[in-house]
Amino acid sequence: MNDSNERKLALSHMTVAFTAFIIACFMGEYQVLERSGLIESLGSPTVYFASVSTHGVLMAYVLTTFFIMGFGYYTASTSLNMPVWNKELAWGGFGVALFGVVLAAIPLLSGLASVLYTFYPPVQGHYLFYLGATLLIVGSWAWCVVMIVMFYQWKEANPGQPVPLAMFATTANALLWLWTSAGVAMEVLFQLIPLSLGWSDTIDPGLARTLFAWTLHPIVYFWLIPAYIAFYVFVPKQAGAFIFSDEAARAAFIVLVVFSLPIGFHHLYMDPEQGKGWKMLHGIGTFIVTVPTFMTGFTVIASLEIAGRLRGGKGLFGWIGSLPWTNTMVLAVILSLLMLIFGGFGGIVNASYAMNAMVHNTAWVPGHFHLIFAGTTVIMYFAIAYYLWPILCKKPLFSNNLALVQLWTWFIGMTILTTPWHILGLLGQPRRISSVVYNNLLTLSWKPYELAMIAGGLIMLGSACLFVYLLYKTQFGPATEEFNAQVEYAEPLHPVNSLPEYLNDFKLWNKVIAAYMAVSFGIPILQFFFIGTFDSSAWGY
Amino acid sequence: MHIDPLEKQWAQIVLAICGLFVTLIIIDALFHNITTPGNVETIDSASLHLSEEFAEDNLGVHRDENGNVSVKMVAGRYSFFPKEISVPAETNITFRWVSIDVLHGVHVPMTNMSTMIVPGFVAELQTSFPKPGDYPMLCNEYCGLGHDHMWGRIDVVEKDQWHASKQTTNGAAGNER
Repeated sequence: MNDSNERKLALSHMTVAFTAFIIACFMGEYQVLERSGLIESLGSPTVYFASVSTHGVLMAYVLTTFFIMGFGYYTASTSLNMPVWNKELAWGGFGVALFGVVLAAIPLLSGLASVLYTFYPPVQGHYLFYLGATLLIVGSWAWCVVMIVMFYQWKEANPGQPVPLAMFATTANALLWLWTSAGVAMEVLFQLIPLSLGWSDTIDPGLARTLFAWTLHPIVYFWLIPAYIAFYVFVPKQAGAFIFSDEAARAAFIVLVVFSLPIGFHHLYMDPEQGKGWKMLHGIGTFIVTVPTFMTGFTVIASLEIAGRLRGGKGLFGWIGSLPWTNTMVLAVILSLLMLIFGGFGGIVNASYAMNAMVHNTAWVPGHFHLIFAGTTVIMYFAIAYYLWPILCKKPLFSNNLALVQLWTWFIGMTILTTPWHILGLLGQPRRISSVVYNNLLTLSWKPYELAMIAGGLIMLGSACLFVYLLYKTQFGPATEEFNAQVEYAEPLHPVNSLPEYLNDFKLWNKVIAAYMAVSFGIPILQFFFIGTFDSSAWGY
Repeated sequence: MHIDPLEKQWAQIVLAICGLFVTLIIIDALFHNITTPGNVETIDSASLHLSEEFAEDNLGVHRDENGNVSVKMVAGRYSFFPKEISVPAETNITFRWVSIDVLHGVHVPMTNMSTMIVPGFVAELQTSFPKPGDYPMLCNEYCGLGHDHMWGRIDVVEKDQWHASKQTTNGAAGNER
């Protein structure tokens, strides 16, 4: 199959993703430096909050969405062995999303949309920011449509056959994203855009927060699922073994999709506009959604153990040493799982209904999500890029050793950055402040941790630059040899012979989600229309 | 379909762990009142000065005839009103917070006195401070470019040395809208 269109699609999307990533990394290091107060002339809330807003949008929306789309197109086409359906639609989605990013970048960079990536009405930014964000989402919906159509095209052509796991999970993510993005789409279309264009004078901030909470939790699973896909379909093969269980993987993806959606109120635990009972319901769901992650950890580690033993590892832990640590995918998964263990622990603290009060909106929270997103998730994006870039460019990776250095430094930098960040949160430092002006003894204890964060950030910035350099040299360096490898998907240990339809399709699960969402978000949203809430007028910042 | 026995055991362990955590949280919430703010009480942020409870004269710490202590606070860019309060240690205190403008949050570090303050709603919570001391009250939600400067003080004094700044004789101030 001539896959030049698919390769071009994947490369274009991922190039946008990693360009956004490297710009945002520089902003991140500036932010820890500014915040520490080490260099007095750097102190500026105006620049700081414009930078935080841009950093958040680039990392959370641009890096992720473009990476996921590019990765999805290539996974779909290679795992199903068919060309991407409707390439005009795919490229159209790319164009719309990219146009949205450029549109949003103008007010962000000029300080006209310093409302952070979570928007926070009734504080209001420039309308171009909201329009740009909407176009990014609309462009990504084109990707969802292409993925779902390809899924059903393949099923039709292969009746009764299990859909390849990589495509099953990618389709799960496309459906998840359609469900997820509906919340923020409603907030932007019905509340923020009318307000910012002056069509409406007031806004209901409680409703806006509820709609954003709809999106705010499942979106992190949208970002995480590509990392899980790599865990299941790339890692065992690269380590030299098999997937421990294909069926368990499918079940994990289904539970992730179903239970990540109706649980967003754990972001609103401390909010007055939703009742305690609803928060409790969402809190219980939050614990259930840890189950597929525990299952994934088990399956991936079991797959690695098989690999280690096949390579001659003996004893209870001896197999760990005999894993191919010099394979970028294997090293990345080990480091990723380590960060997932600590990040997951922090997440359980956050999820704990009332314990959350101690850490809510403190520095603990960005410490947590950097560890789990920039750590667990993005390190797998790196590994996927190292794996795919040579295949997409048909040139060998510039340097495997430098890639290993890059992964290790990212992990070390992340540890040095996020450990003090968590401690600062326990010491009461709020997140989202640009300087410490409180005249209180407590704040003296924050200083050394802030300085450690600068060092951690600097290591990560160096690591990020090395990553981009390696991709650049791979793509544009002179090719010394022809490179013609194909993507290889891991085989399950036990071949999947017969699969019940509920593990091979999403029709049933869409209905379950619809019912569950109607219960957990229906009344909490409708209440704003029943109880007669008071709107707020718009505020600048 | 193939499910490994080890996998089954692990799934059971995981479900048991989750079940244990959820049970503990529910017991704490139902029987020990360790819970979240969530009273869903609306208020018009644009006319707080006309609401009796949050009119300027009524802000601060109250004690009613039964000895119940309550605190009425307004958050607005960039301060808490009043900026300094004094409360007794080891006493159950009801806090009621409102915003006059945008989103705010308030946290007293090292304690669970934490809530979001959303315009249009009254955020109410009960807590007590076991240790006397001088605590900061920090705004922990981005509310604008002056957000860093939004903070106040809460002086927690020994129970028997504390004197209420406001006495409510009819005990009704807390219930008025």
